[in-house]
Amino acid sequence: MPENSVSADLQTGSDKMVEWTDFERDTIKDIFSRIEYDVVGPAALARCLVVYPWTQRYFSGFGNLYNAAAIKGNPMVSKHGTTIMHGLDRAVKNLDDIENTYTELSVLHSEKLHVDPDNFKLLADCLTIVVAAQLGKEFTGEVQAAFQKFLAVVVSSLGRQYH
Amino acid sequence: MTTLTAKDKQTVKAFWAKVSGKSEDIGADAVARMLVVYPQTKIYFSHWPDQSPNSPAARKHGITVMMGVGDAVTKMDDLKEGLKELSQLHAFTLRVDPGNFKILSHNILVVMAVMFPTDFTPDVHVSLDKFLAAVSLALSEKYR
Repeated sequence: MPENSVSADLQTGSDKMVEWTDFERDTIKDIFSRIEYDVVGPAALARCLVVYPWTQRYFSGFGNLYNAAAIKGNPMVSKHGTTIMHGLDRAVKNLDDIENTYTELSVLHSEKLHVDPDNFKLLADCLTIVVAAQLGKEFTGEVQAAFQKFLAVVVSSLGRQYH
Repeated sequence: MTTLTAKDKQTVKAFWAKVSGKSEDIGADAVARMLVVYPQTKIYFSHWPDQSPNSPAARKHGITVMMGVGDAVTKMDDLKEGLKELSQLHAFTLRVDPGNFKILSHNILVVMAVMFPTDFTPDVHVSLDKFLAAVSLALSEKYR
């Protein structure tokens, strides 16, 4: 059984709003305004496919995923990585209602793509690592906490429509 | 999940050789992040007069942890045997819930990304992640 990642698990039920401090809002928006989606997205997805190779099961149509170099150079991986970042962008723009914003995406991942929701946490962890590498020392503990909280809400919302 | 291949061992040793000079800073930052991002971990340090992430006690603890990691690098062919005493310590004296090993490992990886962005490639990441998981498993060996 793959072990779960350590993104913070949320206790929020569907009728409890996530509360964001001003610091958290500002930090999340700041991070997403500074990172390049077509750099960070591809890097995070490629890292996920290398570090957690069972996630390759969802990308059997992507061609050569044989090793890290092939994954990094794979244009379908890059394109999909960028797509993921634009999906996250929607959550950034709707921080107070991520759950409803992601209803259709959740249904898509469950009903059509059949993605094990545990895998969302794995990608979230890889995204944290890539953003940490981009921001360096500016990725302080407090910034990390805000970013991981955001990703935990995203992960929870994406898993919401599974049944 | 935690069997280290020859390639994993080689990769970890080579990466550790590059970064071990900074091991004190790595450890201090990893512990500081753990206390901030996972505040529930503070319960293990209620005996510290100052539980803030950059306190001398927190830094010292980070240094201790990374010395243990460095020691584990030299014992990676038999972690269960090599970390026997540390496992006894964690099991009977410290009684740290093993879920927290994953948390600290994650923060060590984040610090590696922050401090060594070009060297901490996906290949290094996967081998180091496996190594830290193997260390965590060895540390949990004596728990029950």
